[in-house]
Amino acid sequence: MMTWQSLDAWWWPFVFIMIGGWLATDAWRWLGVLIGNRLSDDSPILIWVRSVATALVAAVIAKLILYPSGALLDFPVILRAGAALFGFTVFLKFNRKPWIGILTAVVTLVAGQILLANL
Amino acid sequence: MIMPAHRAGRTYWFMRGMQGIFSLPALILLSSFIGFAGFASEAGLTMSETVFMVGIVWALPAKVLLVSGILSNASLPAAFLTVTLSSIRLMPMVAALIPEIRTRKTPLWVLLLISHFVAVTAWVFAMERIRDVPADRRITFFSGFALTLSASAMILVALVFSIVDELPPLLAGTLFFLTPIYFLTSIWASSRDAVGHYAMIAGLVLAPVFHQISPEFDILYTGVVAGTLAFFVQRSVSSKKPTKERP
Repeated sequence: MMTWQSLDAWWWPFVFIMIGGWLATDAWRWLGVLIGNRLSDDSPILIWVRSVATALVAAVIAKLILYPSGALLDFPVILRAGAALFGFTVFLKFNRKPWIGILTAVVTLVAGQILLANL
Repeated sequence: MIMPAHRAGRTYWFMRGMQGIFSLPALILLSSFIGFAGFASEAGLTMSETVFMVGIVWALPAKVLLVSGILSNASLPAAFLTVTLSSIRLMPMVAALIPEIRTRKTPLWVLLLISHFVAVTAWVFAMERIRDVPADRRITFFSGFALTLSASAMILVALVFSIVDELPPLLAGTLFFLTPIYFLTSIWASSRDAVGHYAMIAGLVLAPVFHQISPEFDILYTGVVAGTLAFFVQRSVSSKKPTKERP
């Protein structure tokens, strides 16, 4: 099978990125243009499309917090989810300013991790 | 230089878009890219491969998945499948944005070209502000923002690539954490109607459920099921009270 390491040529990683990354993403964007070009501004279909788009991003958010990769794995899942939930609650209480929620969540995460390390 | 917005030219609106680099969405995305540079370097990618990937793939979740595939030595078809499934969400996002920014005169190739720059950050940024831009300047405004953001991310990744490995794990983890919490709060704040909020809640709740059922297709299933659910909830709520809600 063709993997990242299967060819030693300098250009192979770039081809890999072009097919596995660029083609795999831009094909959907182009399809979105062709569909969006036929939709009028506030049709029910467009509301449904927007709803699905938001739910897809919600799934990405949940996955990045609950099943992350890399450095976030060092933090316990309960701390990641708790910090996000707390930040979101504070965001809702304080006039829905994104920076308030982000700051709260990050401070909670860092404080929690430092606390756990010193227990 | 202050001009009445409706008479201002293309240069003015391009620069207004460029100024978006100093907005919260842009700054948080750029911070997340520091975390991504660390992840890519950990996976053994070179600096030029990573910078190339940032420019040509652009959507951050897609890149994280592609690098994860490289890390696990996945075959090209397998990597393609994972990335393409995670990127289906780009289609409805682009489809929702296009009616907002095009005019009847906008050529198709322009839309196809700028669609490349649609990812969550640019989408949130545009959906939030585009209605304050005159209709025939929206593409210019969006291009100014998108090109600046994309170029900045590429330059930033090139600059931090060789030093990012030495970041303390606490800082690196925090940088990764910024992305989801930023997506969550900014999309919530920029939702124009209740359907966006229903979709967000349904998506967050259903994602872990579908992850148990089908870890490979969970994003897709969650999006379609939660999005459709939210759509019908909103329809039944708004048919009960006919007065239009505008927050």
